[in-house]
Amino acid sequence: MKMIEQKGMYQKFPRSGKDTRVTHYCAGCGHGIVNKLIAECCAEMGLQDRTVFVDPVGCGVFTYYYWDAAHISAAHGRASAAATGVCRARPDAVTIAYQGDGDLGAIGFNNAFQAASRGEKFGCIFINNSLYGMTGGQMAPTTLEGEKTTTTPFGRDPALTGHPLHVCEVFNQLQAPVYIARVSVADTKRIMQCKQAIRRMFEIQQAHKGYALLEILAPCPTNFRLDPLKAAEFCKNEMEAEFPLGVFRDATESTGHEPRTTNHEPRTTTLAVNPVPQVASCAELFAEKEAVPPAENDPSVHERRFKFAGYGGQGILSLGLTVAEAARFERRHTLWFPSYGPEQRGGSASCSVVVSGTPIGSPTVEHPDVLVCMNQPSYERFVDDVKRGGTVIVDATVPITRQPPEGVKLVQWPALKMAEDFGVPKAANTMMLAALKKLGCTGLSGENLEKALVASFAKKPALGVKNLELLREAESRL
Amino acid sequence: MTKFVKSNEAVVIGALYAGCDLYFGYPITPASEIAHGAAKWFPMLGRTFVQAECETASVNMMFGAAGAGKLCMTATSGPGFSLMQEGISYLAGAELPAVIVDINRAGPGLGNVYPEQSDYTPAVKGGGHGNYQTFTLAPASAQEMCDFTIKAFQMAAKWRTPAIVFADGLQGQMMETVKLPEAELPRPDFSEWAAQGEAKTRQNLVKSIFLDAAAQEVFNDHLQRKYDDMAVDAMADTYLADDADLLIVAFGIASRVARTTVETLRRKGMKAGVFRPITLNPFPREQLAAAAKGRKIMTIELDAGQFADDVRLNLAKAGLGAESANVMMIHRMGGQVVTVDDAVKAAKMILGK
Repeated sequence: MKMIEQKGMYQKFPRSGKDTRVTHYCAGCGHGIVNKLIAECCAEMGLQDRTVFVDPVGCGVFTYYYWDAAHISAAHGRASAAATGVCRARPDAVTIAYQGDGDLGAIGFNNAFQAASRGEKFGCIFINNSLYGMTGGQMAPTTLEGEKTTTTPFGRDPALTGHPLHVCEVFNQLQAPVYIARVSVADTKRIMQCKQAIRRMFEIQQAHKGYALLEILAPCPTNFRLDPLKAAEFCKNEMEAEFPLGVFRDATESTGHEPRTTNHEPRTTTLAVNPVPQVASCAELFAEKEAVPPAENDPSVHERRFKFAGYGGQGILSLGLTVAEAARFERRHTLWFPSYGPEQRGGSASCSVVVSGTPIGSPTVEHPDVLVCMNQPSYERFVDDVKRGGTVIVDATVPITRQPPEGVKLVQWPALKMAEDFGVPKAANTMMLAALKKLGCTGLSGENLEKALVASFAKKPALGVKNLELLREAESRL
Repeated sequence: MTKFVKSNEAVVIGALYAGCDLYFGYPITPASEIAHGAAKWFPMLGRTFVQAECETASVNMMFGAAGAGKLCMTATSGPGFSLMQEGISYLAGAELPAVIVDINRAGPGLGNVYPEQSDYTPAVKGGGHGNYQTFTLAPASAQEMCDFTIKAFQMAAKWRTPAIVFADGLQGQMMETVKLPEAELPRPDFSEWAAQGEAKTRQNLVKSIFLDAAAQEVFNDHLQRKYDDMAVDAMADTYLADDADLLIVAFGIASRVARTTVETLRRKGMKAGVFRPITLNPFPREQLAAAAKGRKIMTIELDAGQFADDVRLNLAKAGLGAESANVMMIHRMGGQVVTVDDAVKAAKMILGK
């Protein structure tokens, strides 16, 4: 017997593990027709080398048996997410996702919808046969009102299960898609129209114009429990009454990524998309203005642990960072760790710094050598933890409701007031740095503390100069 | 060249040097800085950042990108990691290389954003369906967050497997000095199996389905052999372990608590040492057995004992039944970190001091 060549399909289906040319589709199934049309379009347009098909879970799961092209078989519902990955990874490829009612309409709806909303550059073929075929004819989001399925044995009742989901109409609310259409394969005329639409989808992808959705109404004789002709009639009469055919959008002159247009008055805005500055290499991207040499091992340098705490906005985190930076300049092993998450939302902020001559073990600061507190709650929370021989520096506005543990030095320092007096309330943390420097309790050189302070204002050098001036002034008053 | 960065940012730096071309992710505390860094730096290098609509999408976008032959990654924390498990199973089932970073937060459920190591089992044993494993690395510093992310890409590519960088909320937020890698790694060539949209890859098929039970079993056997072979890349580290009476076994952030605990004990004249698995899967069983033989053993961990059980299992499998039976544990949960004070007390009790 002479083998008739089928464009775009394998002559036999070795990926099925069988040496035959029989598909797994039931007689009269819409998938079989659509499979043939897709294969033809892909081959006729010379796109088999360039195309990556992303296959679904459902009756379309085995399209890779048939289409002679590269395939990726995705998880149930995730073909649009996987296709996003493919088209982003291979922008020169033609990426086509193939999904069914459950895959796209239910479990994967948000993935498909969000991919459409982002205007991903792939084509999505959505087979709507109004139910779940592979798993045994259950209700789909697209099941018609009154339609009997294995999970709506009395007919789909909108009072219990809602109304059929109109995927094209929903997606048509989005800005980014460039093509949205619904076709059918219920008779010859419709099949020819369907092929035209599939071709259009391939053209759009070939030119990388943007996202395209093609919904195809397809009969499922097995689960409709109808013979193929009657199933096709059901598809035409019942399904089309619910899901009208037509091209919802063919905006392929656009890319789908133009600024948003609406019927409203144009909105005045200062917001704008900025071009991304391009760099040639990681080395260029991460280059530092000033190279800080790596830490040196020096066991003679004892480890010091610091805790800085206060209200958010008092510059607590940057005070800690400045001390950490000074330690780096001094070639010490250094670790900085902030309070984070909801902790920082409630108005309080704290951070820990560990400075050591040897590699740092535990990062947590349970017993600080130095505690700096800018407010009362933080003083009360941490003061009992300070190590014997350690120092607590607390803002002079904080009432001392209880003394630190024995052997801990308490310094009350008017950081907030001095910053206020200098006319720079935001510099209260710099005032605290002055205390740390003057008291010598960081174990770091004054020179490096000053250098770190200036460096912390790298983006606003004038402020760095000003803060250095204030630091020295404050120190002289101690 | 050194940089003082958050560990979470160090992950992105490592990924870029490793040749990762695509980042897919959904924000979650305490992993969000990874997405922030990726959103800024990937596009600056002409690479791709996509903010996914959920973690299910992230992992399946990776399935597509990895299936198309590119190195890609995501980062998340507990709840997001749970959502990714199905996708990680698919990655393993299709033998796709990809890197997932889990910055473990406290659970179960919504829990909180503070550090735990309670994702141990899903991060180490394969948390999704089916017989699969991942290559799982446990960094303990910003430097290692960078270096082990690079290693994760190398192992993912070498073994065609999803690789996991398993850290915690405390580590993610810590800033430390990182020495940047010397050079960017060349991109691996996956054209032998990937669907790249090119003539030479037209016959390639990326799938995890084997409808035939016999074929599925053959594939499972292949996977298990591969996981056995991965043992050659098991890594561990020890600290003052040679003469130790007590071996403290800990990974990640807990291994740093262990280090300070050991230093404290040594100052008091007690011989303790640290054994730290760097790869949690493959587990460095032989190295552990060599360090643990005849010693008292205590784990430090931020979970309910999942790690201690794995230590027991590995000791037993290595033939150290007595040591296995006597593994002690000190642990905290809920976002609390074991303090050095408590670990020292526990160690003294075990040593009878």
